[in-house]
Amino acid sequence: MAQDLKRRAGDDDRVTRTQEMLYELTVGEVMSDNVVTVHPDQTMSEIRILMRDNRISGAPVVENGKLVGMISIEDLINALLEKRIDVPIREGMTTDVDCLYSDESLVHCIAKFYRLGHTRYPVLNRKGELEGIITKGNIVEGLLRKLEIEYEQTETKVSAARQRPAMRKFFEDVFADEISFTFKYNIVGQTLQHAGTAASELKNALKKLGVCPPLLRRIGVAVYEAEINLASYTQGGEIRATIEKWGVSVEVLDSGPGILDVEQALQPGYSTAPDWVRELGFGAGMGLVNIKKCSDEMDFTSSVPEGTHLTMRFYFTS
Amino acid sequence: MDLNALIKEFGLDVKAGAAHLDREVTGGYASDLLSDVLAHGGEGSIWVTLHIHHNIVAVASHKGLAGIILVQGRQPDQDTLAKAEKEEIPVMVSDLSAFELVGRLYKAGIRGAQAD
Repeated sequence: MAQDLKRRAGDDDRVTRTQEMLYELTVGEVMSDNVVTVHPDQTMSEIRILMRDNRISGAPVVENGKLVGMISIEDLINALLEKRIDVPIREGMTTDVDCLYSDESLVHCIAKFYRLGHTRYPVLNRKGELEGIITKGNIVEGLLRKLEIEYEQTETKVSAARQRPAMRKFFEDVFADEISFTFKYNIVGQTLQHAGTAASELKNALKKLGVCPPLLRRIGVAVYEAEINLASYTQGGEIRATIEKWGVSVEVLDSGPGILDVEQALQPGYSTAPDWVRELGFGAGMGLVNIKKCSDEMDFTSSVPEGTHLTMRFYFTS
Repeated sequence: MDLNALIKEFGLDVKAGAAHLDREVTGGYASDLLSDVLAHGGEGSIWVTLHIHHNIVAVASHKGLAGIILVQGRQPDQDTLAKAEKEEIPVMVSDLSAFELVGRLYKAGIRGAQAD
């Protein structure tokens, strides 16, 4: 097997994943730890029944917790030929046993399989106690199991990638010097009656385009706060969300009255909210703080009485 | 604990979102400042508030909250209910005060988010 793998790899001079796994997996991970063992005082004829019933072709011989030999179908045939079928296993077993340690890598293990030619090896821990048994079947099974796990993980990743922003896929497929999509929402000022509609509509639109939920939530919260600000403090304005290759940029513009001290407005808890806004649960001086927290980048400029210009950027990669 | 169990345990009056009561409640938040909830409300949390206007539904929806409980028997506005149905946010009413209700929710195993 190792040779085969090596030959295949040699064709394109590249280490295959399966080869790599031989280095990652240990004997202990693939061996079967449910071992049928026999005692040296049992007879050779008993082992015949044991092998038949358990569908095994060999077993470790254990006495007082120590491995003292191996018994195989070959030993049994020899005993039959020599008509020594009723002697104790002690007399018919192989005592010169090649072993593997459970912390050895599969690469060593396979090399041993080829070098020594046995079909099974008892597996010991470093204290010399029997932990299991390993056959070529165990190695193949172990490799398949690991490949299956990795395959499943890849599948999950692939299906996650399939749900990637439809927009991003679009950007990958279409070529132009500049591509962007803009959603524009007009916000009525001085009333909270309709406030929040734009944010939730934008969120729906981005959701349909495949923007992932955590990013969607950040954009939703930030735009909602900005919308509440427009509705609470300004004569009205607009929210412009532009989807770019790198992410979403949201601009919030109003037509006044503007903010005198921008630094102060950005302080948590600072608010100029009138009572009617506070009664509705807003005006705690947290809006801009939330916007800053939710966006990857934020620009905020204002002049009196022209108005305020807020830009938020959200990156697809964050 | 899911919303159904919560409703049964605390005798809540379901006003909207009756079709979405199998949602698991993973925590709780109590606040009457909407921006505070927007900043700190955790996904899957139940929100205890005395506000009855429709903005609470927008906040709950943006944060992915499990539902809203209005305290002191306060009845939600009609447009709150309409919006809650549309946004699939359960709105429930408790006769208890916020302090009492939160205390009992805590006793039932619902915990607040860790302060950040």
